[in-house]
Formats: sequence, C-alpha cells, structure tokens
Amino acid sequence: MRLITLNATVTASNDRDAAALREKLVSRGTLLVNVMSAAGSGKTTLLSRLIRDLPDVKIGVMEADIASDVDAKTIEALGAAAIQVHTSGMCHMDAGMTAAAVEAMDPSLRLLFLENVGNLICPAEYDTGAGLNLMLLSVPEGDDKPLKYPLMFQKSDALVVTKTDTLSYFTFDLEKCVERVKKLNPAIRIFPVSAKTGEGMAALEAYLRERLAALTEGTDHA
Amino acid sequence: MHEMGIVLHLAKTLDETAEQEQLTKIGRVVLQVGEVSGIMTDLFTDAWDYFKGRHPVLTESTLVLETIPAVTWCDNCKQTYETVKYGRECPYCHSGETWLLQGNECVIKEIEAE
Ligand SMILES: Nc1nc2c(ncn2[C@@H]2O[C@H](COP(=O)(O)OP(=O)(O)O)[C@@H](O)[C@H]2O)c(=O)[nH]1
Ligand SMILES: [Mg+2]
Ligand SMILES: [Zn+2]
Repeated sequence: MRLITLNATVTASNDRDAAALREKLVSRGTLLVNVMSAAGSGKTTLLSRLIRDLPDVKIGVMEADIASDVDAKTIEALGAAAIQVHTSGMCHMDAGMTAAAVEAMDPSLRLLFLENVGNLICPAEYDTGAGLNLMLLSVPEGDDKPLKYPLMFQKSDALVVTKTDTLSYFTFDLEKCVERVKKLNPAIRIFPVSAKTGEGMAALEAYLRERLAALTEGTDHA
Repeated sequence: MHEMGIVLHLAKTLDETAEQEQLTKIGRVVLQVGEVSGIMTDLFTDAWDYFKGRHPVLTESTLVLETIPAVTWCDNCKQTYETVKYGRECPYCHSGETWLLQGNECVIKEIEAE
C-alpha cells in the first residue's frame, strides 16, 4: 500500500459538480436561484408572489422536500413550471441532485428557483451550482439568527427579511439584524419584504431582474 | 441525516481518486473532523460502514477520524481562545465580536491504497 496525501474537503466532488452545472446554466442564460431558510420562513409564499409579480419572466421552481409534494402543487396552480424533488431523507440539496432536477426542467426557463430543504445549517455547506444564493429570515424567527447560524449568512448573496408586516408583534430589531449580517458578510444585499402586503417586493424584483440581465450580458460577450 | 450526506460525498471523492490514480483497493482513510463541525462520529461510522459495502474499492477500508480543535478569535482584544470551553463570548474581555478560526472543517487528509 502507498500513502496518498489528499488534503481535500469532503465536498470536493460536489464543488466540481456545482462548477459544471453553473457553467452550463450560464451558457444557457438561466439564472438558478438557491432559496434557503428555516422551515416556515415563507419561501413558497415569496416564490408565489414573485411568479405573480413577474409575468413577463419565464419562471420555474424546483421544490426540494424530504417527502411531501404540497409546495410544487401550490406553484403549479399559479401556472409556473414546477417539480418536486424528494431528497430521500437528506437534509440538503447537493449539486448532483440539483443537476438531475434541472434536467427535468424546460431549458428555456430564465429564472429557475430551487426551494432548498428547510433548515439553516446543511444547505449552506453544499454548493448547488446556483448563480445566486438567496436566504430568507422571517421576523418571527428573531434577529439573533446571524449569531447562531453564521455560515448561511456568509454564503448568501442576498438576504430577504420576510413577513415584515408582523414587525409590530415581535421584538425584531431590523437595524441590529442588518448590522450583524453585514459584519458577517459586508457584500450581502438585504431586502426586507412582506409577501402578504407587497411591501419591499419592488426592490427585490428589481434586484432579480438586474442579476438576470447581468447573466445574459455575460453570455452575449462570451 | 447530515452524516449520511457527508459520507456519500466522501465515498464519491474516494471513488474518483481511485479512478484517477488507478487504485484497486483503499486501506486506511484519515479524515480530519472539526470539533464544532456538528458531525457525530458514531452516526458517521455507521453510515460509513453501510456505504463502504457498496463501493468495491472501499470494502476493506478502515476509517480513522482525527479531531481538529475549535479555536475562536476575539476581534476586540485580538487573541484566541478555546471555542468549546467558552463559546461565543470572549473569556478575557467578554466581547461578542468573535469568529471561529478553525474547527468547522471536514477534510480527507490522506489514504493508504494500492
Ligand atoms: N404575515 C405573513 N405571513 C406570511 C408571509 N409569508 C409567509 N407567511 C406565512 O408563513 C407560513 C409559512 O409559509 P411558507 O411559504 O409555506 O414557508 P416555507 O416553509 O419557507 O415555504 C404560512 O402560513 C404563510 O402564510 C408574510 O409575508 N406575512
Ligand atoms: Mg415551502
Ligand atoms: Zn476579547
């Protein structure tokens, strides 16, 4: 037997799969958005709202869930393309599973959302190959979450603070939350929204359009 | 569940290495696991035993786990301390402006193979 020094992170093979998927999607002009949050933070509700607010954009949704298919039915009822991905007990989506799910979607979709499994730990550790990592934190969860789950805040390009219509019922200090998050990730974009009242949705939608345009520009000049 | 995912990726990385290096048999696998990586070693070993039976090059392998101690940096008083002992708050100045320097990783250090 010989000794082989690897010093590779366990997820090295996942990182390679993720890079390959990212490249493929960019060349096809699809922005894959990895949506991460705890269970019940409002992912499905936010995606439903975005589908209604952006009728001119071809949107698809991949709903990852450990077992059920309720979320995919909700999305399909709005007329968007949706599939349910069962993770068979796994607490996160990895790049291989994401690539397989993407295969099942119409390649002409422009904005493809992956609703990741609801938890703040494992999804942050696996690169899915997404072009944009979007994290949700809902007001009822509290403003101390950045202190408890720093990795996800560090890995995300944007944070959507959801359910802002409930701010008056909870002791959630938005300013303090922003300060904590920026300390972990100075480049992160933060969007406080209420998918219920529509407050703040325009800024988030403009950001998504901007990222989509940047992606297409990138391919045109490539 | 978390352990299962990690083992799955570990097995895949080792399969790929075996193909690249044209290995037929992998013996010892040394894995460095951070003290606060959240990996439960018992669950991990169970998951490993299950998966190694399904990967031909791994059937005779043994897993060696090495712990990487968790160390936190205090940005206020500019020194380090043991994370597990003191947590998020700096034991010297009680500041909360602290960052984990190491202890969250999971790295395949080396393997013995032929
Ligand atoms: N008040 C309020 N409730 C919301 C909002 N968004 C979602 N919810 C509620 O939060 C619960 C969980 O939402 P859901 O979208 O299923 O969360 P998911 O598990 O992250 O997909 C549901 O009862 C929603 O009606 C919001 O903006 N305001
Ligand atoms: Mg949902
Ligand atoms: Zn200190």
